[in-house]
Amino acid sequence: MNKKEKPEAENRPDNTAFTQQRLPAWQPMLSAGIVIPLFLIIGLIFIGIGVALFVTSRDLQVLEMDYTGMEQNSPCFSCSDPDQKNCKCTLDFNLDKLFEGPVFFYYALTNYFQNQRSYGVSKDDYQLSGDLDNFKDPDSTCSPYRYDSNNNPIVPCGSLANSMFNDTFKLYQLVAGTKKEVPLDGKGIAWWTDYNIKYRNPSVTPLKNAFNGTVKPLFWPRPAYELDPTDPANNGFINQDFLVWMRRAALPNFRKLYRRITEGDYSTGLPEGNYSLEISYNYPVLNFDGRKKVVFTNVSWMGGKNEFLGIAYLVIGSLCIVMSVVMLIVYAKFKFPEED
Amino acid sequence: MPWMNPLARIRDAWRGQRARDKELRNLVSNLPYEGLDKHKQPNRHFPGNGIKTTKYSILFFLPMNLFEQFHRLANLYFVGLAILNFVPMVQAFEPEVALIPICVILALTALKDAWEDFGRYQSDKELNGLPCFVYSRKKKCYVEKRWKDVRVGDFVKVESNDTVPADLLLLFTSDPNGVCHIETANLDGETNLKQRRAVPGACVTDPEFEPESFTGVVICEKPNINLNHFKCYIEKVDKEKLGAGISNLLLRGCTVRNTGYAIGFVVYAGHETKSMLNNNGPRYKRSRLERRLNVDVIFCILLLVLMCIIGSLGHYLWLESMPGVPLYLVPHGDGHLDTPSLASFYMFFSMIILLQVLIPISLYVSIELVKIGQIFFITNDLDLYDEDTDSRVQCKALNITEDLGQIQFIFSDKTGTLTENKMVFRRCSIMGIEYPHKENAVRLSVLNKRDEDEDVLFSQTPSTKQPWSLDSEEPPEKKSERTSKSKAHSDVAFSSPLETEVIPDQKLLRQLGGTDRTDAYLDFFLALAICNTVVVSMATGKRRRSSVFLQRRQSTPLDTFSSLMKKLGSWTCLRIRSTPDTSPSAQELSGDLTGGQTRHLHVPPRGTTPAVPTDELCYEAESPDEAVLVHTAKAYGFVLLSRTPDSVTVRLPSGAQLRYEVLDTLTFDSTRKRMSVLVRHPISKQCILYTKGADYAIMELLETPHGGKLQTDIASDTQQHLDCYAKDGLRTLCITKKVLSDREYENWAVKRHQALTAMDDREQLIMDSAVTIETDLCLLGATGVEDRLQDNVPDTIMSLREAGIRVWVLTGDKTETAVNIGYACRLLEPDDLLINMSCQNKITCTSTLNCALEEVRRFADDPRNVDTTPDISLVIDGRTLTMVTSPDLRERFVDLAKRCRSVLCCRVTPLQKSHVVKFIREKLKVMTLAVGDGANDVNMIQAADIGVGVCGQEGMQAVMASDFAISRFKHLKKLLLVHGHWCYSRLANMVIYFFYKNAANVNLLFWFQFFCGFTANAMIDHWLMIFFNLIFTSVPPVMFGIMDKDVSAEMLLGLPELYRTGQGKGEYTFFTFWMSMLDAFYQSLVAFFVPYYTYRGSNIDIFSFGTPLNTISLFTILLHLSIEIKAWTFVHVIVIVGSVLLYFGVTLAYGFMYLNYSGFWTLQTQMADPMFYLVCLIATVIALLPRYLFHVLKNSIAPSPIVQARHLDTLEPSARDQWMKEWRSFRGGVQDKTPDESVPPSPSLESLNDDSIMDDEFTLNVITESRHRPGSL
Repeated sequence: MNKKEKPEAENRPDNTAFTQQRLPAWQPMLSAGIVIPLFLIIGLIFIGIGVALFVTSRDLQVLEMDYTGMEQNSPCFSCSDPDQKNCKCTLDFNLDKLFEGPVFFYYALTNYFQNQRSYGVSKDDYQLSGDLDNFKDPDSTCSPYRYDSNNNPIVPCGSLANSMFNDTFKLYQLVAGTKKEVPLDGKGIAWWTDYNIKYRNPSVTPLKNAFNGTVKPLFWPRPAYELDPTDPANNGFINQDFLVWMRRAALPNFRKLYRRITEGDYSTGLPEGNYSLEISYNYPVLNFDGRKKVVFTNVSWMGGKNEFLGIAYLVIGSLCIVMSVVMLIVYAKFKFPEED
Repeated sequence: MPWMNPLARIRDAWRGQRARDKELRNLVSNLPYEGLDKHKQPNRHFPGNGIKTTKYSILFFLPMNLFEQFHRLANLYFVGLAILNFVPMVQAFEPEVALIPICVILALTALKDAWEDFGRYQSDKELNGLPCFVYSRKKKCYVEKRWKDVRVGDFVKVESNDTVPADLLLLFTSDPNGVCHIETANLDGETNLKQRRAVPGACVTDPEFEPESFTGVVICEKPNINLNHFKCYIEKVDKEKLGAGISNLLLRGCTVRNTGYAIGFVVYAGHETKSMLNNNGPRYKRSRLERRLNVDVIFCILLLVLMCIIGSLGHYLWLESMPGVPLYLVPHGDGHLDTPSLASFYMFFSMIILLQVLIPISLYVSIELVKIGQIFFITNDLDLYDEDTDSRVQCKALNITEDLGQIQFIFSDKTGTLTENKMVFRRCSIMGIEYPHKENAVRLSVLNKRDEDEDVLFSQTPSTKQPWSLDSEEPPEKKSERTSKSKAHSDVAFSSPLETEVIPDQKLLRQLGGTDRTDAYLDFFLALAICNTVVVSMATGKRRRSSVFLQRRQSTPLDTFSSLMKKLGSWTCLRIRSTPDTSPSAQELSGDLTGGQTRHLHVPPRGTTPAVPTDELCYEAESPDEAVLVHTAKAYGFVLLSRTPDSVTVRLPSGAQLRYEVLDTLTFDSTRKRMSVLVRHPISKQCILYTKGADYAIMELLETPHGGKLQTDIASDTQQHLDCYAKDGLRTLCITKKVLSDREYENWAVKRHQALTAMDDREQLIMDSAVTIETDLCLLGATGVEDRLQDNVPDTIMSLREAGIRVWVLTGDKTETAVNIGYACRLLEPDDLLINMSCQNKITCTSTLNCALEEVRRFADDPRNVDTTPDISLVIDGRTLTMVTSPDLRERFVDLAKRCRSVLCCRVTPLQKSHVVKFIREKLKVMTLAVGDGANDVNMIQAADIGVGVCGQEGMQAVMASDFAISRFKHLKKLLLVHGHWCYSRLANMVIYFFYKNAANVNLLFWFQFFCGFTANAMIDHWLMIFFNLIFTSVPPVMFGIMDKDVSAEMLLGLPELYRTGQGKGEYTFFTFWMSMLDAFYQSLVAFFVPYYTYRGSNIDIFSFGTPLNTISLFTILLHLSIEIKAWTFVHVIVIVGSVLLYFGVTLAYGFMYLNYSGFWTLQTQMADPMFYLVCLIATVIALLPRYLFHVLKNSIAPSPIVQARHLDTLEPSARDQWMKEWRSFRGGVQDKTPDESVPPSPSLESLNDDSIMDDEFTLNVITESRHRPGSL
């Protein structure tokens, strides 16, 4: 085409693969013939994963008990009256086989909207990272849990902290008529990063002094520096229960890790037998139509018991296999004449 | 500045306003007032010559630009949303974060605007600072000033090769005849010289022009944009009025040529000059797709409102269902809670903020980017590059590339668009005798052959001129020189060898040289030489063109914007023409040739000492027809030596030079279709009117046959020849003469003078005066000039037709000429049902139309035609066209037009052209494209959805008005079939994808509302949400829109039928839009509920839950695009993989910043959990499975033509061609009869030729050759 020498052809476009839109390209054709092996492979892989998930999930044990006390026959019925203070109730249950360890002990709430917008932002991240300036003057996002009626700053401020779950549990195994306390491990139940990085106590010793001139959240029975009377290191903003609470649940029906059962005789799990759960019933749930539960479960690599994912994989895997058969038929009937 | 009473100032300003608004302006010289205060200057009210085309000033850039931007509705919407963020009641995110996207987009646009404006500022500065000479009374001479200091009322001196600084009324030139030659290339791209003349008698000019002696008042009209009209007169002190018109006006931006200097009076300056008034910014057209898109944006808004209503209703119910006040409900600062109804009212707005992305904010920006990319590829296409002119295709309208893929009707001009517009003299008839010019035909056929054989080098075919220059003494080396230099000819208007070289007919030469020659023969050639507006210039003095105006044009926003891309190559045509002229030697050469020829052919020798050597003559014609006639006359020895407004000098074959006094020139107009020159014979002192024009415009004006029977015979013979020429596809002109008595002339001259000085209705009066004198003409003869078809025109028209595009050709030619060209370019096929509509009055027109309709319907219903759609072609002339488009016949005509495959409109005026386009466009609601090359096509080009200009021989007006400018008609094929198809399919898919993408992403948030009490909360960090649209998923669709290729160019060119996918509604329809929206809903449901059921009841926290959702969404969106991508190049892979990596990279990096980030360490934690991968995997697969299956099944069971073509594309080239052939014969056979190379079409020409009016065997070779051109299919 360009045999003639044309030195003045300054407008001549570059003859490159890019400018001439001739870049080497792979043009996949989505047609039946090509996708048969693809569907087959995906189907087989998915069925494999599905079986693994399903089997793993089936072996997991879950024990879930509602202790809200809505029903007359519930042991906590009397405590469900909002006027009752410091109510205690006991939940007895029986395990007919070994509950394999490590057992995780959760409390669960339903219809509790921790994921609500104004609730979620009602906290002061700087205060929670130990910034003393924000002790004196909490962020406005905490409002109305920022100052109390006497204009004293609330620490930790905000609705999120204020509404912290405050039921406590003690688990006993009934062995020959005596109550044997099951040791509950409250360490390391929060996220490592929350405990070590995100939340910090002010570097004031004793911790109590840092809280001078502040008041505890209105709903709290004790100030933040006395959250765990048994372990002085587990107080302030790095209290494990506090950290667990502050990590907001994604959905309105959630469980939060309370303790793990890993110690002593129970390191391999909860043996069969009778147990008694002593509950100090404080947290009000009736005003939002909620339920309180305790959940014992053991975990695997896939987390807690979950049938859904395994079944989904199995269904989709089988579907893919079916599809590959359908595609085979389609291919036989409608293949392109030149596709030989 | 002296103090002036503010009241007086206001009064003065008001007077100024009034002075500017007045229909007539009185301007006086500034000289008597030189040096006085400004408010004493008489012309102070009129703007100075400084120009300012910038939109903004530095100080007010920001507010003005923002104001400008907020005019766009979409921006306003987003700013409204951003403001909504700051309303404390509805605040959903941190308001500052919500501002980021809109700020980014506003900032980008502002940056672009600022850059463009800076370019304008610089070019303004450069223009304003140019030097020019203005007369100063104090110094009694012309002093150098800058352009911006020139004022109305000044006297400006412009020297040769200088650019005119303002609109000047020409008062004096160095030329003794008062002529000034100008070149208007900067204004309209026409390179031929035009003459302007000084207003005669305006002032004392003896011996030197004295500006101070000018005491008259110039009365001129208000500035207007019409470049070809100017009305003005000078009222001298003695109340004598001197009329002046456009021929006395030097327009700003023109260049003075071949004239020592010119002095003019500034009538308009600066922004009031005609060139500035014509300099309006780039065209902004809205493409059909964009209009459709706006409808869908409204659908999205409705959808958004619906979702927000659901949200607010849900919030109300949620609050209502609560028995008490739970701890998680956060009251206001003062401790009270809003009532559920109030809270849900606020929630409505919070929802809008949360879900705002449903209206794609970045869509508009992305579309602009995509179009820049598409234009880059179009302008860089080598196939659309023309070697001869070194020009690429130009895209002037930035935003309608995709309309190229939806064209249903093409309206094409004939001359210069389908044909070369390079005229070749073929035949003439003088006094009823035909002169076939066989030798010329032989030469042309040889040239044709050479053209066909494109691969042969020019210089390797020394035999090119052999047949007709056998006895030429031209040394052989000169031949190759000639060929190598022939390219340079393109710089001078209409002087390619084809046009300039005419081999005289032997018989005619004998006739001329013989003793029995009559005056009619002389007159005929004199008329050819005289009756025109050709300017003779010496081929000396190289032209220098100032580049300032070129830069000025380049800095229009459009170009500045596009010049972001390297080598975008716009304005190529202009640049071509601005290269220094190298033609003199070539002209000399061609002159030599002609001279040599004539000598050998024993033409009577020239005068012994010719005053001007013919070699150096250079004819500059406004139209190629004129040029070729002058060259023809020259070949016969009638050499046009010079032309001034007052005289024409012609050298006769005998060597004698005759200087005719030109009494008047009645210029050509499209109503009269003729032009005349009134001259006084130097010897006989007779007044002679030479008229040439279209045969139908002349024949009825011939003198009544009292002159004897001879005239009528001649007329009928000539008419017969003319018909014959027309059937041959030649352009015909009749040449007449009329002798006027002095008395007749004087009577007429008075009327003429009145008409010329009239202020009102001047054009009409001038035309009327022309009509009164052009009567009783005496026919001398006729000429037949051939305009050759451009390369590959038949092939292009065939392809366009196969692509389902109806091609209409609109031409001013006679029906016969047009029909012939129609057959030659395969617009009409021999076995078509041809309907010819040409009616004299409404009644016959109505019946013809009814008959035609009846015929067409019967033809369609005929059972024999069941499997072949009839190919109906319509030929209609301008007069009939006006009748059938009248309201009562309109519907029937539309019905007929719908059934016609091709339509040929003959003898239509420029205005009718645009009427036809508008008519079809509105009546049939179709996408139209108009293509043309000349000023007469401008209306049509502007009326169509897409205007395409062909950079041809007739200047730049069409190109200036067009949206796309091409250099050859054949380029239209690739431009539409390939680029149009690609641009449309790319953009349509990109836009659909964009809507889908945003809906799919936003719906996740919507589903989450059902689980968070409809509190407009998000489970994804706000920053990441913004990044998601702004960074992670913004590049792939843009890349997709620029680079995706559904079918290869070869397939699109080979199977024009594929173009049909884009026509009509195309791929972007109501259906496809809602299908993708439904898919978006489905996919978001999957992306939400698979993780939901997986994590339900667990201890997962809100952001850990959001992470897999976001990740699934990203994978779904990107893989969805991967399904849509038809051709993967490494760019695609990089962009898609890059987006995924960017997502993980940014999210992980972001996870390190802990404070204020609620999603701290979330992705890190999730990525350590195998469940995360399993959830993402299955959710992505489930989400994409239906679409994937749909595509697979559709491609297998009911593959679209595109898919089949893609299949063919993957085959071996040989097998592919085989399949393509079968395809075309199978599918194409139904719609269009695929032409078979082996069966030559049987044009009506050959049969017509049997009439043996002309018994030469070369008549048809051009047309038939072009049909047999190899590779034309």
